[in-house]
Amino acid sequence: MDATDVQVSLLDADGNLLAHPIYKVDLDDDALRRLYEQLVVVRRIDIEATNLQRQGQLGIWAPCLGQEAAQIGSATALRPDDFIFPSYRELGVAWVRGVDPVDIMRLYRGQALSGWDMREHSFACYSIPIGTQPLHAVGWAIGAKWEGCDQIAATYFGDGATSEGDVSEALNFAAVQAAPVVFFCQNNQWAISVPISRQVAAPIWRRGAGFGMPGVQVDGNDILAVYAVMRDAVTRARDGGGPTLIEAVTYRLGAHTTSDDPTRYRTAEEMAAWQGPKDPITRYRTFLERAGLWSQGFADEVGATADRIAARVRESIENLPQPPLTDLMANVYADPPQTLVRQFERLAAFEAQFESEHG
Amino acid sequence: MAAVTMAKALNTALLDALEGDDKVVVLGEDVGRLGGVFRVTDGLQARFGEQRVVDTPLAESAIIGVSVGLAVRGWRPVPEMQFDGFSYPAFDQITSHLAKYRNRSAGTVPMPVVVRIPYGGGIGAVEHHSESPEAYYAHTAGLKVVSPSNPADAYSLLREAIESEDPVIFLEPKRRYWVKQDVELPVRTAPIGKAEVVRPGADLTVVAYGPMVKVALDAAEAARQEGMGDLEVIDLRSLVPLDVDTLVDSATRTGHMVVVHEAAQFCGFGAEVAARVTEEAFLSLEAPVLRCTGLDIPYPPARLEEAHLPGVDRLLDTVRRSLDY
Repeated sequence: MDATDVQVSLLDADGNLLAHPIYKVDLDDDALRRLYEQLVVVRRIDIEATNLQRQGQLGIWAPCLGQEAAQIGSATALRPDDFIFPSYRELGVAWVRGVDPVDIMRLYRGQALSGWDMREHSFACYSIPIGTQPLHAVGWAIGAKWEGCDQIAATYFGDGATSEGDVSEALNFAAVQAAPVVFFCQNNQWAISVPISRQVAAPIWRRGAGFGMPGVQVDGNDILAVYAVMRDAVTRARDGGGPTLIEAVTYRLGAHTTSDDPTRYRTAEEMAAWQGPKDPITRYRTFLERAGLWSQGFADEVGATADRIAARVRESIENLPQPPLTDLMANVYADPPQTLVRQFERLAAFEAQFESEHG
Repeated sequence: MAAVTMAKALNTALLDALEGDDKVVVLGEDVGRLGGVFRVTDGLQARFGEQRVVDTPLAESAIIGVSVGLAVRGWRPVPEMQFDGFSYPAFDQITSHLAKYRNRSAGTVPMPVVVRIPYGGGIGAVEHHSESPEAYYAHTAGLKVVSPSNPADAYSLLREAIESEDPVIFLEPKRRYWVKQDVELPVRTAPIGKAEVVRPGADLTVVAYGPMVKVALDAAEAARQEGMGDLEVIDLRSLVPLDVDTLVDSATRTGHMVVVHEAAQFCGFGAEVAARVTEEAFLSLEAPVLRCTGLDIPYPPARLEEAHLPGVDRLLDTVRRSLDY
């Protein structure tokens, strides 16, 4: 158990990396630079997605703006064959997993119900019903344990989700079974319009102790602290030490989704307090500068890469074809009922009339 | 031939499935050490260990959610909901995830999960222990919904359900758990999706499933004795897929159909049967398809359940209404 009541933070205001008795950063210079590139690229793609929604190319988008460090830092601490059960705002996690952002946007464009091969990326479909996916992570993790395999599961959810019964059921089930799973809660302060003060009466991380697992609160905008805390939890799970609850304290700089208007419930002053020096990218850049790992040339290169990826994403999205009618029922059942087959045949025949009319 | 109860047939099906496939796992409340409140899982944990037959925390949503996660990893979970009325906390996991996962994953991640639910009334139970939730599940695309009426079907349908790549809601009529049938296990009967004409007849078709099949057969016998007519009885066995062809074929021959179930009438499964048969056999029908069902009320206290549940007399009354139409 983490005995202290102190949020874990490794980067101070001047960008110094502080020593911590438990949480260490074991990344070499290339890996440290790579984190910066991932932060910048993910933010660029995220902004592009918001723009695509504004231009009618996406039906909706749930921005991860401001949460990039929490997502990229934690996902980097996992092995590629560890399985992730995400919520719906996890662009940063998906990017680390090599999921094509176009495939994520296919969901938000209404092309498909999910766009990627979850087993190829060990990254499950986005889960939109709040707080339901941690149970899936627990099941997967128990299965891994039964198989004597050292893979672990990680699940991402938000502060609002902690009010859902399923999250408590998942924490309890995992603890009882000593399941190799990490519960990664991004406390971004807002569940749409409801602030954390109206969501929970006690810090989320403290629930760990009540369920019988370590609970840690980490500065979610400090990518190195997130990485180190996640790394520790991952190692414990892999070594048979059971689950961990991590609360990453961050801030949702964007709207809940593009359908939301945050000006109705939060002030510009509050927003401003999380921008500037507290912004996860700014903080990390300060560290890189101090560590001698940052140069204008490097930043320009990263910026160009981000722009190139964003342009490729935009072009791909704009050129996605209308999904075929057969997608309606192709995968509902392995063995579809005759009633469904006949219903679809009738629809297909109906639609075919218009095709022939239009030549 | 040995006399076997449905509970024993189900127990044997689980045992054979656990033995036949290392990926099959049974989980639920009290399924291990106790052997289940209806003893359907009796002896399985002693034989297969705590990792194959898992006593879970008392959390139905978790039981299904964890089963979904296990299935993502390639396991074939057979979760038990202890009673019909306690399956509702798991409703979100069943309808939002279990039923949809295959579709959402573009067919790459099937959900070979069988949710066993003891269901139905007639056992004098306290409230929440006698519900018939089949319409909720039958209405949910992606699920199959099965209900056996006898030990042989119980064994066969459960084995087939566990082998299926699609999630199956397996509804066990608890008032039939202890009724015996002479049957040699293992046995394979007709596949899921196939209804059975369990009693051929010429004058009227009674459509039943699960606990009502016995009532329908008793009613048919009474009708014969009383000279009311020659009733055909169809045991649906599977609500999804629904064997429309067998229903239409029968209605076309008899011209009269009555659907019987314990669940409430309004938006109940009988409405689906009536609509399908009306659509496809309209000109052969000599009367509208009638329904004999539970009242549109919350399940009543045990001392009133007899009036609520369709019995032989009330079913025969409905039969008469159809024949006299």
